[in-house]
Amino acid sequence: MIAGLALVIGLVVGLVLRPTVPHGLEPYLPIAVVAALDAVFGGIRARLDGIFDSKVFVVSFVSNVVVAALIVFLGDKLGVGGQLSTAVVVVLGIRIFGNAAAIRRHVFRA
Amino acid sequence: MTDRSDDPTPAADDAVGSAEPSLDDFALRESAGDAAERVVAGQSRAEDGASGAVEGDGAPAPGAKAARRLRPVHVRAGALIGVLTALLGFAIAVQVRSNSSSDSLSNAREDDLIRILDDQNARADRLNRQIADLQNTLDELQRSGNSDAVAQQQAQRELESLQLLLGTVPASGPGVTVEISDPQRKLKAEDLLDVVEELRGAGAESIQFGPVRVTTATSFVDAGDGVHVDGQALNAPYRVLAIGEPKTLDTALNIPGGVAATARNAGGDAQVVEQQQVDITARSTVPSPKYAAPAGR
Repeated sequence: MIAGLALVIGLVVGLVLRPTVPHGLEPYLPIAVVAALDAVFGGIRARLDGIFDSKVFVVSFVSNVVVAALIVFLGDKLGVGGQLSTAVVVVLGIRIFGNAAAIRRHVFRA
Repeated sequence: MTDRSDDPTPAADDAVGSAEPSLDDFALRESAGDAAERVVAGQSRAEDGASGAVEGDGAPAPGAKAARRLRPVHVRAGALIGVLTALLGFAIAVQVRSNSSSDSLSNAREDDLIRILDDQNARADRLNRQIADLQNTLDELQRSGNSDAVAQQQAQRELESLQLLLGTVPASGPGVTVEISDPQRKLKAEDLLDVVEELRGAGAESIQFGPVRVTTATSFVDAGDGVHVDGQALNAPYRVLAIGEPKTLDTALNIPGGVAATARNAGGDAQVVEQQQVDITARSTVPSPKYAAPAGR
């Protein structure tokens, strides 16, 4: 509940403040967002499964973001940044879908 | 979400489905570490999270105690989660906004930018080629327009000179006026024709004989009452205007045995006056050809 509230607050703050993305972070922010979304969906699923753990959530959230950004950073350095970010988005997208399916089974029993 | 689960079951890593054992192991380790941390935090070993569920409802008192003790941790974890999700929301908002802003190039990555630049360069090349083509066409059209204008000017000049030579328009320029008197009426048509021919030979460009414009078709005919020039009866004195080099015309008329001499022999006279400005106003009409047409062109 707090998490949902915080998400809304963050959205509102982002919309109100209208910050500009620092140039150095521009390639990483979308990947980080997708990675964080993956962590959040995983957290919701764990919560519904009754196995939610705050620490796991926090650690996985942070590590997801960091690893995703790191992969993209490395890809940029290697000259395959575009492809690697596509790969990361695909993998994270698949997992989000899987988690969403699990959540759906919990919520709708179907 | 903020409530720590009492269930000691290792929390499945959110990232991976619980079916994967290795990740479950990881989660297990995480839980174990969690527990260890709490031990370090100075909490009693027995009631700790990992064993809490095993004892479960059977030992409510220690469980409640543990929950009370864990409260600051709960709050901290909840706050952390809140901060993280707030950050996520913030990031989503920022990213969506920056992505939908008009200046989409600023978020594009390097290879995309290079591709866009290549596209733009190719487009610029194409447009430049198009510009060059159009420029060429424009030049061509302008040239043809110019040559048209030149041809028109040429035709205009030609027309004017032909009009002058044919005597269809008034003419003016340097030349001579000739007064031929013939008191004894001895000058014949051929003598007057000699005047014209002499003037032509000297390069006269336009000639007016009396009131008649002299052209290629002008006729001189002897008649009882004088001389008919183009059917018009003329009598002495004859006044002739000619446009050409005044000096040459004067000389041509006054050469020994020439026009002036003939007139004098006939008892008359020929007065030639050089003038800087001779105005020939008489005009001839040119019949339009009935049978002939320009050939070749």
